Amino acid sequence: MTSLTPRDKDTIKAFMAKASVYAEEIGKDALCRMIAVYPQTKTYFSHWKDVSPTSGHVKKHGITIMNAVADAVSKLDDLKGGLLSLSELHAFTLRVDPANFKILSHNILVVMAILFPEEFTPEVHVSMDKFLAAVALSLAEKYR
Amino acid sequence: MVVWTESELSIINSIFSSLDYEDIGPKALCRCLIVYPWTQRYFGGFGNLYNAAAIKSNPNIAAHGIKILHGLDRAVKNMDGIKETYAELSTLHSEKLHVDPDNFTLLGNCLTIEIAAKLGDGFTAETQGTFQKFMAVVVNALGKQYH
Repeated sequence: MTSLTPRDKDTIKAFMAKASVYAEEIGKDALCRMIAVYPQTKTYFSHWKDVSPTSGHVKKHGITIMNAVADAVSKLDDLKGGLLSLSELHAFTLRVDPANFKILSHNILVVMAILFPEEFTPEVHVSMDKFLAAVALSLAEKYR
Repeated sequence: MVVWTESELSIINSIFSSLDYEDIGPKALCRCLIVYPWTQRYFGGFGNLYNAAAIKSNPNIAAHGIKILHGLDRAVKNMDGIKETYAELSTLHSEKLHVDPDNFTLLGNCLTIEIAAKLGDGFTAETQGTFQKFMAVVVNALGKQYH
């Protein structure tokens, strides 16, 4: 996996400055979409009574996730270090198969394209895709 | 055998009839070449792909993007026989063009993003799911003749 270039970091910071205002909306929609379009991801939420895409639990959790992603922007220069405790959480407690990070990333990008049809150019898309991949990689750091 | 509900058929037809193939095709292909630059390996003879600006203004790439959308249209017009519809194209992509089938998914991702940007809120989770199912069937059919 390639690391983030200075240009990537500038692009990410600039786009996320606009997008993070909508972090809650992005998070809610992305997680709802993931559960609807990739039903196998529901398996991680069997402890909720209602795992339908529109449930309150799902919405709230989408917000939690996206706030963490927005926060990761401030840790761009050391994602591994900055996301260490989240990695431990995902590795030892949640044990989410890292393949699912890619699925959620895809849905985050789809929602960004919907909310920012003009700004989400291919150039922004590639930097954001790399960013989410880097976050995912850092989250998987403590898995084994 | 792929089974399509009435709703899914309706969604796919509605998506494609709302698209301007001459607009979306080039955009999706350009996005693919920029977001996944290794896909440029298949376009060596297409001229200048040096940077994003060059890719976006390359007429050969634009023409090819349109061609791809028309290719997808063939599947839309033959939802119950996508595998058969693409048998020849699959052989072409495998034996002549030597395209790694994983790339079909990458282009599919970019098309999803372009359609999402175009339809906005109209690209609901249900619409996305149906479109992605359609693309998965297309990708599978295109990979069928690879040995």
